[in-house]
Amino acid sequence: MRPRPPTYEKFRDVQAELEKSGAAIFRDHDGVESLVIKYPYSINYIHSYAEDSPFFLGLAEGKLRGSKCRRVKCGFVFATPRSHCMVCGSPTEWIDLPQKGRVHSWTTCHFGSEAFLKETPYNLALVEFAGVGSVMLARLKDCVESELYVGMPVEARFEPNPKYSVTDVWFVPSK
Amino acid sequence: MVTGGLTKFAKAHPSMDFRLMVKRAYDYALKDIPNLTADRIDGTRISYFSDHFSRQLKAASMVQDYLGMNPKGSVRIEWGGATGGECFQAAYEAVASGRMDVCLGAGYETMSRVATWKGNEFIALASDTNFDFPLGGFYTGYYALMVVRHIYQYLRLTKFAHVKDEREAQRLAIAEGSRIMSLVSVKNHLNALHNPYAQYPKRLTVDDVLKSEMISYPLTREQICTMSDGAAVVVLCDEARAKEFTDQPVRVIGVGTGTDTMRLADRPFGRVPLLPHESPKDYEDLPYPGVHSFRAGRAAGREAYRHAGITDPVKELDFIELHDAYASSEIQTYEDLGLCKYGEGYAFTERGDPFLKGIDYGFPVPNAGRIPVNPSGGLIACGHPVGATGLMQGVFAFWQLQGTIPKHFGDATLQLAHPKRGAIHSHAGTGSAVTVSILERGWR
Repeated sequence: MRPRPPTYEKFRDVQAELEKSGAAIFRDHDGVESLVIKYPYSINYIHSYAEDSPFFLGLAEGKLRGSKCRRVKCGFVFATPRSHCMVCGSPTEWIDLPQKGRVHSWTTCHFGSEAFLKETPYNLALVEFAGVGSVMLARLKDCVESELYVGMPVEARFEPNPKYSVTDVWFVPSK
Repeated sequence: MVTGGLTKFAKAHPSMDFRLMVKRAYDYALKDIPNLTADRIDGTRISYFSDHFSRQLKAASMVQDYLGMNPKGSVRIEWGGATGGECFQAAYEAVASGRMDVCLGAGYETMSRVATWKGNEFIALASDTNFDFPLGGFYTGYYALMVVRHIYQYLRLTKFAHVKDEREAQRLAIAEGSRIMSLVSVKNHLNALHNPYAQYPKRLTVDDVLKSEMISYPLTREQICTMSDGAAVVVLCDEARAKEFTDQPVRVIGVGTGTDTMRLADRPFGRVPLLPHESPKDYEDLPYPGVHSFRAGRAAGREAYRHAGITDPVKELDFIELHDAYASSEIQTYEDLGLCKYGEGYAFTERGDPFLKGIDYGFPVPNAGRIPVNPSGGLIACGHPVGATGLMQGVFAFWQLQGTIPKHFGDATLQLAHPKRGAIHSHAGTGSAVTVSILERGWR
C-alpha cells in the first residue's frame, strides 16, 4: 500500500513535493484537505504552413518574401505575407522584400514562455521597410538593450541550417 | 443586471476546482437577492479562456450540471482576454433578444495548474503560431513593443522633441513614460487595499514599481497583472423581472465590440475613427493605429457610446473598470475610450484624473475623482483569471452603482458618491478584440 502523501499548508510546498513524489495534500485555512497530483502532457503536431509555405521555403534560400496585392488599383504591400489582401480581398503575389529596414519598435525580453526562457535575454523588433505598408516581427541580434532605438537601421541574416521556422531569419544592426 | 458574485482571486485555489469556484460565486449572487430562485433562470452563458489550462474540454458542461442547470440551454464563450466581457454581452444578448427572461453569465479560470512560465506559453499561443509565437512567444514582450512605440509617438516626438541626440531623446522619453506608468500601478495596487477580493493589494511607491524586476523592457513586474484562479457570475434579466428581484437593478444601456489583426505587424497606419467630441484636426498627422494604440478598443467604445447615447465620456461616465493587464495598456486605453485625446494619456495620468479622491497615493493628484479608473484595483491588483475577469468588472461596477460596495467589501473607502453610470472594458490578445459595456443605475 502506498503511504498517504505528505500534507502542507503552503501551496509552494505542495508544488515542491510534486516535483519529488508526484502527489501531496494541501490543507487550507479551514482544515479542508485536497489531494494534488502532477501528470505530464506532451504531443507532436503535424502542421502545414499551407499557403504561407513559400515564405518559409524562401528563408531557407536566403530570401525574405512579402506579398503584394495583385489588384493594380490597390497594390498594398505586406511585410508579413498573406495570400489575400486584407484591404480589398484580392489575391496577392509573392515579392522579395528589401533585406534592409529600420526598427519600428523594440523590446528586450528578460523572461519568456517556458520554451524560450533559456534564450533570455533576447530582443524583439518590429521592422519597417521602405515602400512596404506593414511591418514584420523578428529577433534582433548582435546588439544589447542599451544600443537599441526606434529608427535604427537593421539588415536580415538567415539561418544556414534552416529549421523551417520564422526564426530562420533575424536582423542585426546595419554596419 | 440584478445580482453578481465572485470568489476571491488567488494564485491558486487548490481546495476548489472550477465547478466549486463558480458555485460559490453563484450562491453568493443568489443569496444577495432572495426573490431570485434557481428555477427562474432560463439558461446560462459560461466562459473560460483556455482549454490548455483546463485540460478538460467541454468544461462548461461540468459547470452547468454542477449548478443543477440541466436541461436548460447554455453555450461556452471564449474570446481571449475579453472572454469575460464577451460572456457579459452574450448574457445581455440572450435577454435583449427575448430568447431568455433571466440569464446567468458565469466565468472562471484555473491558471495555477501549470507553472507561471508554462502559463505564459499557453497565453502566447493566442498569438500567430506561424509568425509570432516561435520568436519568443511572450505577451509582455508584445505589450513592451507597443508601449515603446507609444512613448516614441507621444513623448519622444512631443515633450522631448527638443533633444537633438536621437538615442538620448528616446531614453529620456522611455524613462518619463515608465515613471508615469508606475503611477497607474501605484493607484491600482493601493485602491485594492480596500478590496477583499483582490489578489495583490499593496502600498507601493513609484520607485518600488520602477525597481521591481524587469520583465520585458521597459515593463517591470509591478506594471503587469499576474495569473490567477477565480470565478465570477452575473445575472441579467428583463426589466419587469428585475423589479421583482431587487429594488436596485442596474440597466445595461450600451454594448460595443471591436477587433483588430491578430498579428501586431499587420496593423494599418491610417486615420483615427473619431468620437463625437473629437475633430479630424486633432489627428491630422497621426498614423493610426500602428502598434501604439488599440483600434479595437476605439471601435468598441464608439459602438457602446453610440448605443448608450454618450457624446462626452468623461462627463457622462462616473467610473470605468478597465482591462489593465499592463499599466501601459491602461494609459493607451484612456485614449482609445476618449477619456483624453490620443497623445494626452501621460498628462491625463499625471494630473490625476483617473485616481480616487480621498486616498493618499504618495504623490499629488490634483484632478483626482474626475473619472476614476479601476477603483477596484483592476487586473494589476485584483488578478486576471481570464474567463472571470470581464465578469468581475461587471460585478464591481454593479455594486458601485448600487452603492453596496461597503456591504460587499466590508469597507466603504472605494464606494463613489452616488455614481449614475459606469463602463466595463475587456480586452483580448494584443488588442485583437475588445468589449465595452455601459451600465447605469436602474432605479430612482
